[in-house]
Amino acid sequence: MSGAGDREPVFATRQSLGAMKSKLKGAQTGHDLLKRKSEALTKRFRDITRRIDEAKRKMGRVMQIAAFSLAEVTYAVGNNTIAYQITESVRQAKFRVRTRQENVSGVFLPQFESWQKEDVGSDFGMTGLGKGGQQVSKCRETYTRAVETLIELASLQTAFVILDEVIKVVNRRVNAIEHVIIPRTENTIKYINSELDELDREEFFRLKKVKGVKERAAATEDEERKKSAKRASEKENQQQQEHANGDGQGSGNVLGDEGDEDVIF
Amino acid sequence: MALPQSAYKDREFLAVIGDEDSVTGILLAGVGHVTDPPDSQKNYLVVDQKTDTATIEGAFDSFTKKRKDIAIVLINQHIADKIRGRVDSYTEAFPSVLEIPSKDHPYDPDKDSVMKRVRKLFGE
Repeated sequence: MSGAGDREPVFATRQSLGAMKSKLKGAQTGHDLLKRKSEALTKRFRDITRRIDEAKRKMGRVMQIAAFSLAEVTYAVGNNTIAYQITESVRQAKFRVRTRQENVSGVFLPQFESWQKEDVGSDFGMTGLGKGGQQVSKCRETYTRAVETLIELASLQTAFVILDEVIKVVNRRVNAIEHVIIPRTENTIKYINSELDELDREEFFRLKKVKGVKERAAATEDEERKKSAKRASEKENQQQQEHANGDGQGSGNVLGDEGDEDVIF
Repeated sequence: MALPQSAYKDREFLAVIGDEDSVTGILLAGVGHVTDPPDSQKNYLVVDQKTDTATIEGAFDSFTKKRKDIAIVLINQHIADKIRGRVDSYTEAFPSVLEIPSKDHPYDPDKDSVMKRVRKLFGE
């Protein structure tokens, strides 16, 4: 009964019963909402994982093309100093990313987008000036596109990491409500109900007891009264009999010589 | 569960750890950035045969933990393999670490730490 199962430490009163009932209702509503949220997130999550899979494959192809165009540059320039030139002439990034947010049922998913910083001139203006300039600019375009693909993929991946975390948290909450809070509240309600019933029964029994005692008291009193009445009537009868017996001698002097001391005349 | 805006507001650069060709190509797109002196830091690391693992790990840690202006870390897959433990245990959202193929090493989805998680979630 009350000892079985985990329950909250409350006094069994009607007030706490009401509180528990509203708590149960709240927990059920919350459970429904969280479950729906988790489902929405999971749907999104599956979508993202599928897109990551695609994007990774696409990245493989794009990077291959880009590497090929770089090979073209090396070939056109004729020596391998171009790599050194490029790595050493880096000053400021022209190609940057900024973060935008997308809201999926209360979860903010970042989304990177690339932008070109306008006031930064290209550091590679002189690269390939001698020969292979065309290849260099073509390669630059190819790599810009490739990096854009990479950024897209990075957004998906970040969203994946965040969603993974959030879904875990939400599912943990759903399970906690479903398997801990709701059964516990139900147990508490059951306990309060049984306790209140018990109190009711006790009260009823007490009233019955009181009534019994009172009835018994009343009965004995009745008996007593009856007895005393009986006694009284018996006494009366006796007296009457005595009167009747004593009529012969006692009625001679009605005014009575023996009584009335204060009568002076 | 929204991340604080400070977690990504200033992140606007990409970082590259890769072999010479990959780094050259990506820098050619205009990604490279060197911070102002005196403590000028490059956002790229060229790895060749002679580069030891400690240097790669140091660069990876500095890009992922120390620097707050990097949004995405690109790393060649064959280099990520050298510091696989670090890459696999890295689970933060920012900066996001992306494994990219290199010219000599084609892309293998089975090794990618994110793809591993994707596959695990689909129960494959």
